[in-house]
Amino acid sequence: MSDILILNGWLVDPAGGVDGERDLLLRHGRVAAVEMPGVLRAAKAKETIDAKGMIVAPGLVDVHVHLREPGQTYKESIKTGTAAAAAGGFTSVVAMPNTLPVNDSVERLGWMLDAARGACVKLFAMPAATFGSNGEEITDYHELQRAGAVGFTDDGKPVLHDRVMRAALVAAAGISVPVSQHAEDTRLTGGCSMNAGPVAFRLGLRGMTVEAESKIVERDIRLLKDIERQDGLRPHLHVQHVSTAKAMSLIRAAKAEGLHVTCEVAPHHFTLTDEAIGDYDTNAKMNPPLRNDADRLAMIAGLMDGTVDCIATDHAPHALFEKEQEFERAPNGITGLETALGLALRVLHKGNGMPISRVIELMSAQPAGIVSLEGRGTLKVDSFADVVVFDPATEWSFEAAKSRSKSRNTPFDGASMLGRVAATISEGRVVFKG
Amino acid sequence: MTILDTGTIAAGSLLTVASLTVAEVAAILAATDRLERMAAAERAKILEGRRIALLFYESSTRTRTSFELAAKSLGAMTTLVSDKSSSIEKGESLKDTGLTLRALGAECIVLRHANSGAPYLLAKMTGLPVLNAGDGMHEHPSQALLDLRTMLTRLPGMGGRLVNAKTLEGVTVVITGDILHSRVARSNAMLLPRLGARVVLCGPKELLPEDASGLGAGVEIERDFDKALKQAGSRGKAVVMMLRIQRERLAGLELDLGEYISRYQLDEERLRSRAPEALVMHPGPMIRGLEIGGEVADGPNSAIEDQVRHGLGVRTALLVRALGAGGFESVTV
Repeated sequence: MSDILILNGWLVDPAGGVDGERDLLLRHGRVAAVEMPGVLRAAKAKETIDAKGMIVAPGLVDVHVHLREPGQTYKESIKTGTAAAAAGGFTSVVAMPNTLPVNDSVERLGWMLDAARGACVKLFAMPAATFGSNGEEITDYHELQRAGAVGFTDDGKPVLHDRVMRAALVAAAGISVPVSQHAEDTRLTGGCSMNAGPVAFRLGLRGMTVEAESKIVERDIRLLKDIERQDGLRPHLHVQHVSTAKAMSLIRAAKAEGLHVTCEVAPHHFTLTDEAIGDYDTNAKMNPPLRNDADRLAMIAGLMDGTVDCIATDHAPHALFEKEQEFERAPNGITGLETALGLALRVLHKGNGMPISRVIELMSAQPAGIVSLEGRGTLKVDSFADVVVFDPATEWSFEAAKSRSKSRNTPFDGASMLGRVAATISEGRVVFKG
Repeated sequence: MTILDTGTIAAGSLLTVASLTVAEVAAILAATDRLERMAAAERAKILEGRRIALLFYESSTRTRTSFELAAKSLGAMTTLVSDKSSSIEKGESLKDTGLTLRALGAECIVLRHANSGAPYLLAKMTGLPVLNAGDGMHEHPSQALLDLRTMLTRLPGMGGRLVNAKTLEGVTVVITGDILHSRVARSNAMLLPRLGARVVLCGPKELLPEDASGLGAGVEIERDFDKALKQAGSRGKAVVMMLRIQRERLAGLELDLGEYISRYQLDEERLRSRAPEALVMHPGPMIRGLEIGGEVADGPNSAIEDQVRHGLGVRTALLVRALGAGGFESVTV
């Protein structure tokens, strides 16, 4: 493993308490030294990166991506998905289990995590919370954790039955991992393809109400309390892609009560509203759907006040022919790995005054903490040499045609971004250079 | 490449009434008048030999026949493709069906589809002019235009009026029934206020969500049909447009039909006592005895057959506009 020296940069490592000029030496895949400018001048390295004018930060961590392998490699593969991650500054991604077949066994998890899949950044996975993600019987959490699971989820679907969700939370609490919940009461969303409201009415599309999200969050919080009281356990509920002010309020209140609830918000939910659908643009179709502006602002408020624990992309690639369908028939989801940092800096930092260090914390240390990735999300000495170097001042336009992902389904084609990734280093290997 | 990049919508398309300026509406109605006055033999030369595809993914009597007869009266060749007797049944995508029709020489596609927004997809993918003949719960723009023409010919004092932003000033249109699922209601509520009309939407919450008022300025909601009728009847010229309950789209919603009939049916007694002068309209198909009494449908206030007749004329003008045929400079706006 080559040694890498990163000189002249501004190091932002919230977990390490650093926000200043530092030079960095990476050796044997780990952070070997973090020093004031000049100290490492004499150090020898095979590669030196001049990061003048750049921010040097822990590699970004995404707890919510869809890599489509096995089963749907025409949309994405682990190799292409992680290449897109690297281009976006991510060095750790957590793959969701809704592959074909569903990742619900030790064998499938092992196959997915095998180096032969060609991941260029560190790949983690959350296997299914229930067999086949059918919501009926929980998988073997102990065995799956031993095989590398960092949490459990039926993402794409909710765990609807109270009894099953309770069992999932109890089992996950026993091994100190989260249950990540796709909060959608599907009994209320049949046939719906966007957010309920005036835009849906005008477009003649059936809308998902905010209650379809908040009812599940409410139920899950109730289960947490019940388990703490009755079982003496402290389960960890992670609410995925929160999109409504109502759910955000419930999470805020649950945190204030001291429950172990974390949540994520996707960049599209703090950037766009349902108006982005325009004339039925399927690239703006996702689940949960884009909401109204009050909800969008509530996501920003949640990010600003600390209710939101991390930013996650919900990177969900689909082939062009699948999106070139009638809006109601097209699949949900957009790509997001290459636009997350640029949108977060544009909307949260530039638009709402969030310090860059906080943006980085929301995209590195905090997501790493949610899934307990030891030695990641920080650049403290001995941590993994997972680094992103980016120019925080560059404004640029994202071009979907140049994406590393196999798919192009994004509403951000041509959208302005702030902050351009110059290099991504995963465990000491340069995996992207801009 | 994203969907938005794949194509622009061809001039002459009509996907939504929102894309029409008031001047374009006026031009379409003026062309309708001229085409109707024209001798049949002369009219049959306008689109002689041109190819129009009627792509119908939903069953339809009056809209399909109307477009077909309109096209034929202009001398065009038509072909009907329905989802029941084509490759669509085998799973062919809308995009590929559209591209096939284009390759076969179709110059314009009239599309009826169960999914809202399908005409946008077809128009972007093919680059052909597309006429929206009803898409899901979204819009039915040609219906709104024929409804407008019906009002202009039937409401007192409207004859010969120039169509502009004040043409329907003083007119209240009460649209009653299953607004939620009605593309006719959406198109009318978006078009008529731009000509000065006040549109009052009426129906129970299940069929008329509050979000409907977001369709635009000049659109109001009144739950009490009797109040809406009385108010409309006392304010000036009144139109009552009744809508069918679209049972096929109710998606598990349970309605007490007896209660619905008592609250929202337009029967003779209700019409006579609340708005005796009102023009009665219905886009069809009607369910006599449910949303409308048979005696009202056949009564002197009814303009229902006029609507069908005007449909033929308006669609003739829309096809001429779509194909940019010569001699109708005010149509090819």
